Amino acid sequence: MHPFDAVRARSVVKTFGDVIALDGVDLDVAAGQIHGLVGPNGAGKTTLLGLVLGLAAADAGTLEILGMPMGRALSVADGVAGFVDGPGLYPTLTARQNLMTLLALRGERTSRSREVDELLGRVGLAEVSGDAVRGFSLGMRQRLGLAAALLGGPRLLVLDEPANGLDPAGRRQVHDVLTDLADSGATVVLSSHRMDDLASLCDEVTLLSAGRVVFSGPVHKLAAESGELDYRLITSDPEGARGVADGTPSLRRVTARNGSRQGDEQALVVRGPEAALDRLVAQLIGAGIAIRELGPVVPPLEAAFLALTGTEADINAEETTR
Amino acid sequence: MTAIVGVPLVRTNPVALSRGYRFEMVKLVSQWRIRLLMVACLIAPAAYSAVVSQQTSLPTDAVYGRLMNQSGWAGSLAILVFLGTLLLPLLTSVVAGDIFAVEDRLGTWRHLLVAVRSPRRIFVSKALAALTVILVLLVCLMVSSTTGGLVSVGSHPLPGLDGHLIGSAELARTVVLAWLTVVPPTLAFSAVGLLGSVALGRSPLGLLAPVALALVLMGVQVMPVPVALRVALPTNAFIAYRGLFTDPAQLGPFWVGLVVSLSWTVLATLLAYRLFVRRDFTDLANDGSSRLVLRGFAPLAVLVVVTTVVVAATTGATGSGIEKAKVEAALSTSFSNLYVLQTDQLNRPPVTVSQLGTTTSCEKGGSRVTDEGAGAGWRCTVTWTLPGTTAVGTAIYQLEIAPEGRYVADGDGPKEVNGFFQVRTPAGDAPNPLWQFDGVVDLLGS
Ligand SMILES: Nc1ncnc2c1ncn2[C@@H]1O[C@H](COP(=O)(O)OP(=O)(O)O)[C@@H](O)[C@H]1O
Ligand SMILES: [Mg+2]
Repeated sequence: MHPFDAVRARSVVKTFGDVIALDGVDLDVAAGQIHGLVGPNGAGKTTLLGLVLGLAAADAGTLEILGMPMGRALSVADGVAGFVDGPGLYPTLTARQNLMTLLALRGERTSRSREVDELLGRVGLAEVSGDAVRGFSLGMRQRLGLAAALLGGPRLLVLDEPANGLDPAGRRQVHDVLTDLADSGATVVLSSHRMDDLASLCDEVTLLSAGRVVFSGPVHKLAAESGELDYRLITSDPEGARGVADGTPSLRRVTARNGSRQGDEQALVVRGPEAALDRLVAQLIGAGIAIRELGPVVPPLEAAFLALTGTEADINAEETTR
Repeated sequence: MTAIVGVPLVRTNPVALSRGYRFEMVKLVSQWRIRLLMVACLIAPAAYSAVVSQQTSLPTDAVYGRLMNQSGWAGSLAILVFLGTLLLPLLTSVVAGDIFAVEDRLGTWRHLLVAVRSPRRIFVSKALAALTVILVLLVCLMVSSTTGGLVSVGSHPLPGLDGHLIGSAELARTVVLAWLTVVPPTLAFSAVGLLGSVALGRSPLGLLAPVALALVLMGVQVMPVPVALRVALPTNAFIAYRGLFTDPAQLGPFWVGLVVSLSWTVLATLLAYRLFVRRDFTDLANDGSSRLVLRGFAPLAVLVVVTTVVVAATTGATGSGIEKAKVEAALSTSFSNLYVLQTDQLNRPPVTVSQLGTTTSCEKGGSRVTDEGAGAGWRCTVTWTLPGTTAVGTAIYQLEIAPEGRYVADGDGPKEVNGFFQVRTPAGDAPNPLWQFDGVVDLLGS
């Protein structure tokens, strides 16, 4: 693949009255990449994706989509598809009709109904293709919205929070579809307010916080940004382990609250660099204390996310059903 | 910046208008509400016409209602009366009032914009689609109401609103023309529906803008407002067809109604268009505001003032338009024509209008009230030459004149002339045509 940016944003600013939704955003998405846009609610993800889709024009800065500079709103290049703020579907039409009318709107042959059926199968809606969208769950709508965006084979797919309302199976199905698409050379930009949705899927992620980019790069580099992590240990001798931890240099014991699981007052939670943790483990074993469980209280990516976005939003209070 | 070699980067043009239009039609027709409405428009008028024309008590409030059992065409005309009052505005509300708001409700604006890529074409597609459905519904109403009457009563001649007998063929033509005259005001109310839908989005007032407007205008029309203002309101165009049922036709209200309706259509559509293309579609919370209402509807109020002034200046019409001389002339004509009809129905020797030489003298509510304006207090004495003699006959009528010029004349003696008795007509027995009848005073006439 020619080294080529599907999306290139430079110092993009977008304001709504007094609200600065995007405050000098730079974004590079290489062609063929799956790029994640992560940030807490209100970070500006939807606004940025809206600009990429051409729904509005930036107030300042430059934006190039598939190599074409974006000027006025709606002057988007061919091959860009997707949705922001929920898939736009018509509840009185069936799943199949929604896709067929879109095809007709674009002036494409309705004889492409085979493609529609195939797409519905790919997103797992083949069985309900004749049902009115009125009765669809949020997850089914998301998948149908994805199918609609895939009509005609986009070269840049823009999806705003596509994982909302999806169960794990649906999420895997969507991941597969997106991975296939990227393998065929198309670019995918998708957003989520959850790091774990994107970690396994994306080549690169961009973290947005209050309209600014706080990180952009490969996922594995993000983990390194997490700084000191909290680790949780369960040992055969909690009292003794606490003593050992207190005697370990550059390691602090923290009172577990945020990440504590039910009924484990026995757990020991420490914070410090990896080297200090290594020393603690060695000393525990030296002291004859067995380690039954050891792991980060918050996964590194999530920790990096929380640290970089500055939101101490508790990750337990998520609305998505898992 | 280099593009991928071999892949041309094409900036997409907006989709063609015809496809946008078809897209909107598919969405509209897929709504149960619209389908039910279409079925109702096909069935209800036919059923009403068929059932009511067999009843003994007829809807005499509606012009031609009292003649529903004498000719199938009367049913169609009676339904046209009901449509003009509130049903057509309601119909435009349901279709045009929702055509933009529905995308707000579904949250599909951004989707639609990405797909169509031109707010202008979206506007035009939606406006045309709404218009199509409204006109189809109107045709359904016309066909249904006419069919119902014709099937149950048949096609028979009817007296016009000046009493002259209109034969079946001419009647058919005139009824179709009458239905056509409600198209322009329907367009005006549709445009107001578009404006409400754009300006007020999801709020109920946005959906019901045409109905709200119709109610306000009906309120104005029952008041004794100057005739120039009355005919400058788009609701008046709904009743302009009455002028087609006199000989010669009274076309003044129709032409004024046509110009008024088209002005409303153009202005409201332009206002809706301007509001729409300036709208910020990235803002989901945006669904109208009181500021938009002012900007949207204030120019229509200005239009009312302007058209009123223009009508007053061009027709010279002042006051209520219901003056003693006009009432007397209208009643003389109707009486003469109906007398000729009655003579025929009673198998008496034929007589002509000119032989009768009818004159009428009316006064309103005693000597202390000026003989002018709408009301129930009109009392008229009709005088004519008895056929074949030099003797004169006189008859008394009580008239109730509505502000928009329609009157109901109620015979008050002598019984042999204008009392209640049955006469033979091609459609069976019918009440004496001179007993109670409808007529019109031409508000813009002189
Ligand atoms: N149309 C709009 N009008 C006013 N404020 C807006 C609009 N769209 C977004 N915002 C504001 O911009 C900020 C970013 O919003 P958004 O892009 O929707 O965030 P995210 O999708 O990351 O949750 C928020 O503070 C939001 O309130
Ligand atoms: Mg969002």
